[in-house]
Amino acid sequence: MIAWRAYGAVGLGSAMGSTLRYLVSLALAGPAFPWATLAVNGLGSWLIVGFAAYAARRTHGRVARWKPFLVGGFCGGFTTFSLFGLETLNLMHQGRHMAALSYVAVSLLVWLGAAWAGYRAGQRLALARG
Amino acid sequence: MSIDPLVLLAVAGGGGLGGMARLAVGNLVARYLGVGFPWGTLVVNLSGALLMGLAAGGLGLPGPGAGPAWSLLAIGLLGGYTTVSSFSLQTLTLCQQRRQAAALGYVALTLGTGFAALLAGAWLAGGLP
Repeated sequence: MIAWRAYGAVGLGSAMGSTLRYLVSLALAGPAFPWATLAVNGLGSWLIVGFAAYAARRTHGRVARWKPFLVGGFCGGFTTFSLFGLETLNLMHQGRHMAALSYVAVSLLVWLGAAWAGYRAGQRLALARG
Repeated sequence: MSIDPLVLLAVAGGGGLGGMARLAVGNLVARYLGVGFPWGTLVVNLSGALLMGLAAGGLGLPGPGAGPAWSLLAIGLLGGYTTVSSFSLQTLTLCQQRRQAAALGYVALTLGTGFAALLAGAWLAGGLP
């Protein structure tokens, strides 16, 4: 009973996150550099850590109760590792090795930097709400 | 920009299924390997990268007008199955637990084996067109 609810919440959140990711990729479409994936992965990293930090301080709050939908669902579906890898491969394939290398390096910095910022934001918000 | 509703539906359906598959694989891996290290996300991202390599080898690298098959499989299913957000959360958590070596190993493993899996998938599918 609990299991199918978790699968439903994660599935719904992931469908919404994936759709939004696709819309972002359309809005930021450009052949030069995969900015769209960088943006969704950074934003998703910020959000997931924000949700987790907030839920850890407010264990009975709405964010904590909606965690499967928000964290495993939305953030999981919104961000993507496989497309990041494919885009890197694509840049290599085009002979743009520097662009590929900087894409990986910048991605890693953005993901982890965003995670750290999300942690601070989630904690601050939870504290501000008492 | 124009949005094809069929493509949007394929992305949403694929993304939903991919997310549920991620949960199932994560739970299964956690049961056998424990939760001390994020093995679940690693297995998900590695298998997703392998399948993405297969898809790219089979369907070709996507152009601007990717069809519904690519939208369903790659953008929806595999895009939703793999995740960066959990990877970031887990890396930060390992750092906060002062397990720097584990965090560094996790990042190196994810990137190193992820690209290897992607190339292996593309190679298995007959190489990138």
